[in-house]
Amino acid sequence: MQMVRPTTWPAALDAIAAEPGLLPISGGTDVMVDVNFDRERPTGLLDLTRVPELADWSRDGDLLRVGANVTYARIIDELAALLPGLAMASRTVGSPQIRNRGTVGGNLGSASPAGDAHPPLLAGLAEVEVESVRGSRRIPIDEFFVGVKRSDLAPDELIAAFHAPVAPGPQQFAKIGTRNAMVIAVASFAIELDGAAHRVGTGIGSAAATPRRAADAETFLAGEITERAAWDSPTPLPDAVVQRFGELVAAAASPIDDVRGTAAYRRRALSVLARRTLGWCWADLDGRQCA
Amino acid sequence: MTVPTRAPDRLSSPISAGVGESAVRPDGTLKVTGEFAYSSDLWMDGMLWGATLRSPHAYARIVHLDTTRALAATGVFAVLTHEDVPGRNAYGLEHKDQPVLASDVVRYQGEPVAIVAADHPQTARRAVALIDVEYDLLDPVVDPSTALDEATPRLHPDGNLVRHVRIRKGNDAVQADVVVTADYEVGMQDQAFLGPESGLAVPAEDGSVDLFVATQWLHVDRGQIAPALGLDEDQVRITLSGVGGAFGAREDLSMQVHACMLALRTRRPVKVVYSREESFFGHVHRHPARMHYEHGADRDGRLVYVKAEIILDGGAYASSTPAVVANAATLGSGPYAVDNVTIDSYGVYTNNPPCGAMRGFGAVQAAFGYESQMDRLAEAVGIDPVEIRVRNGLAEGGTTAAGQVIDSAAPVAELVRWVHDLPMPPPSSGDLRSMPGGVSNSTHGEGVVRGVGYGVGIKNICFSEGFDDYSTARVRLELVAGEPVASVHTSAVEVGQGLVTLLAQIARTELGVQQVTIEPADTSVGSAGSTSASRQTYVTGGAVQAVCQQVRKRLLERRPGYVGSPGDMPLRELLVDGPVEETVEWRHRPTTPLDPETGQGSPHVQLAFAAHRAVVDVDTELGLVKVVALDCAQDVGRAMNPQAVVGQIHGGSAQGLGLAVMEEIQVVDGLLRNPSFTDYLIPTILDMPPMQVEVLELADPHAPYGLRGVGEPPTISSTPAIVAAIRAATGLELTRIPVRPEHLTGT
Ligand SMILES: Cc1cc2nc3c(=O)[nH]c(=O)nc-3n(C[C@H](O)[C@H](O)[C@H](O)COP(=O)(O)OP(=O)(O)OC[C@H]3O[C@@H](n4cnc5c(N)ncnc54)[C@H](O)[C@@H]3O)c2cc1C
Repeated sequence: MQMVRPTTWPAALDAIAAEPGLLPISGGTDVMVDVNFDRERPTGLLDLTRVPELADWSRDGDLLRVGANVTYARIIDELAALLPGLAMASRTVGSPQIRNRGTVGGNLGSASPAGDAHPPLLAGLAEVEVESVRGSRRIPIDEFFVGVKRSDLAPDELIAAFHAPVAPGPQQFAKIGTRNAMVIAVASFAIELDGAAHRVGTGIGSAAATPRRAADAETFLAGEITERAAWDSPTPLPDAVVQRFGELVAAAASPIDDVRGTAAYRRRALSVLARRTLGWCWADLDGRQCA
Repeated sequence: MTVPTRAPDRLSSPISAGVGESAVRPDGTLKVTGEFAYSSDLWMDGMLWGATLRSPHAYARIVHLDTTRALAATGVFAVLTHEDVPGRNAYGLEHKDQPVLASDVVRYQGEPVAIVAADHPQTARRAVALIDVEYDLLDPVVDPSTALDEATPRLHPDGNLVRHVRIRKGNDAVQADVVVTADYEVGMQDQAFLGPESGLAVPAEDGSVDLFVATQWLHVDRGQIAPALGLDEDQVRITLSGVGGAFGAREDLSMQVHACMLALRTRRPVKVVYSREESFFGHVHRHPARMHYEHGADRDGRLVYVKAEIILDGGAYASSTPAVVANAATLGSGPYAVDNVTIDSYGVYTNNPPCGAMRGFGAVQAAFGYESQMDRLAEAVGIDPVEIRVRNGLAEGGTTAAGQVIDSAAPVAELVRWVHDLPMPPPSSGDLRSMPGGVSNSTHGEGVVRGVGYGVGIKNICFSEGFDDYSTARVRLELVAGEPVASVHTSAVEVGQGLVTLLAQIARTELGVQQVTIEPADTSVGSAGSTSASRQTYVTGGAVQAVCQQVRKRLLERRPGYVGSPGDMPLRELLVDGPVEETVEWRHRPTTPLDPETGQGSPHVQLAFAAHRAVVDVDTELGLVKVVALDCAQDVGRAMNPQAVVGQIHGGSAQGLGLAVMEEIQVVDGLLRNPSFTDYLIPTILDMPPMQVEVLELADPHAPYGLRGVGEPPTISSTPAIVAAIRAATGLELTRIPVRPEHLTGT
């Protein structure tokens, strides 16, 4: 198998344009599994690990640009304060070895419904920066996933980075797995409370063909908080509101029965996770206001 | 023959410790540093790679099989089918009912149909895809409960019953004041060893073959391989290669005959290594069980009778099902004194994956039933789970369900009290890693309820029912560079349990030498029996002890009148006249078959007991479980190597934890849904709590050094203890294992 190892971003874009059969590889934690299982038989691999443009993250005011090759380990170490939801999700990924190799770019590239980076990116309204020799574009995260393990990426495009605002308020992520570490999500949920924009963000994983937002739940909860003028003085939310939020999150999912869990369990788990993570965020919001 | 690279070496790192000390493993450093040669590392210049075509169907007739396209592929050297099996196309541990390669019918998904040798593993795998097979699908028999019905198709000429064992002890019409009844179900657990099936076959000029392989019993492999190859046993020489775990899954043949066939056909060495996914199809699993139990007791909770019907799903071929059925029956009332026992234990054929040996071997399934029952009984009579076990626990002099009188320690009540009296774990620290769901961050304490549960188990050690169970050991004592060195040669298989360490300890103790070399296990020495039934320390340990004593005797003949202890023998002096070499075949005391009508007899050599106390935190809203503590007390007779003993208890308990809360091969309509470590989950270090382990040493006067087999008992009692703890936390009945989040949340 051919191995193409560009050392600049333009060279990488040229390579994939010239030979769309090349399979990009970053951490390789998905690619090598597929190759070993003979699920992928690429004509060659396009090794992106030497492209400096993908390796780092930067901050411009309240906006972050995180290169596709930034690993989970680095997100945990370097971005926990700026993107706490994604950092929390990163802590749940695989094992230390996988977190040292695996990248958010690779997670997006695989576009698995179970990808743990996706729910916090959805909740935070991230954008995916993709580029080809034809030009660069930014795809809003909730338009990025188009089917099971399928994204909006064109065959000649590469993922350069994702853009996300510095957390504007509390963020949380929780996932369900049937063991206590190193497990693919049976269901996962991310939430963000944006006190300035009076917005609630959500992301659901492993409970539909693609990761998705729970838009009705977002609107409902933001409305309830606004109605109570609770963004700035977060008095406890009534149980009924929390309950309803959980129900709307569960209703936004379209889970299936599979080897990892039943659809009914997934819905139930999502509503529980939604209520709990909301509670944690709310306590956090309260803490901030008091501080 | 040139020996392949990465074939096993002598092990002789200096471990200066004798029996009873925690000698360091001679293979430990190699394993930790990644240098140990496992069977998948074997290599020989010019070797070919084998691959296997397997049935995608649970039950089908092979209508047409065409290898033309595969044979035509570049790099392919041979494509063989049932027509190419040189000898008898049948093998099996107890019944030769399993074809080397399917001829007319496939009876389970994954059954080998054809094999390929090619110059590259990928070429071989892709050639497999070029073999054309046309199947005529048949309705698979997948429900073990109806497998014996008249209307169910017969999967084998004698029908679908592999074995029925009847236990009729005492009076089966006796009545009791308190009666509890329930049905239980055990899912299919996998041994999940880390080193997939692999080996290398090397053809010899004279038509014989050398096989390097990871297995559990070299001679029984040979006894099945040779007839399939149409060779005499001495034309098949087997050398054990590095074994990456076994737990019973290597008792049956996997790639052995296939690799030899390909090697003999191509006249090239042939290596076969299963992938992880293939491994799930390439070995037997633990029998799923359906059990109906009825316990009768007096108002104080003293057992009056136990009745049970146990159905074990043997899958498509017999494997070791007959012995598993007998274990479930003869141990089916558990480690309890009860005068009246009526058990019917059945092993049946279905089109599910073949099931056979796995750590605990029939005792695991029964224990989930009888321990669940003991808790029900405790509740019914209003005493606690510890008390019910103490009141009914077997003791020396008591009899088992098979009517066998226990003639050494059976400290059931003591073991339960031991675990009960151990300190309780502290309340949850709030650290995510200590929470149900762990680092997945699914709870910060919401919904979490703690529960405590107990389990005790009983297991037979060594082979039972009159089996001629022996081991052969050869020891040579000689001067090497002026120093006395003992070399120990057996065919006993080291699977990771530490037998090589122990044999060196025994030789050191018995002979008073410092340097001991363990020779690679191979068939140039007599059979050592299987590395299973927790028996190798007992039987091969016994053989090495016996042969060392023989060597000592021979040595002392060189100086009549010597009366000192072995440690003081003037070895250098005595060995000047040349080496001493002895070989001994050693047997444990005989056992008896079961009476065919009543299942009574003295079927077991030795019985072993362990007890667990489990503490769990259950997230009751999400159905997630964190086992917070899993403490164990076990009688080991004599801790030959205390560290290794504790290691076995840790590992066995973890395997029991897996069965309690996560490990299951999901089979639907005969098809495996999760043949991968992505979806067949085994416990990680974050699932396994630190353990308090109490090791009792109540010597068994009938056993070498007083020892009692260690490996299996902790696997048996850990599962029911954990499930009992989950019941205590949730109040749910939980009659099926593994317990899934769906069971705990009613979804
Ligand atoms: C043992 C194990 C445990 C795991 N556990 C988890 C888990 O808990 N949660 C989870 O979400 N995932 C898990 N994964 C999956 C995997 O680690 C993640 O999806 C990871 O984010 C992939 O990143 P990578 O850099 O290794 O991607 P790679 O394997 O290098 O690539 C993945 C895909 O993205 C494409 N790609 C990579 N970079 C680019 C780019 N710049 N532009 C376009 N396409 C690109 C590749 O072609 C490929 O299709 C696990 C994997 C393993 C092996």
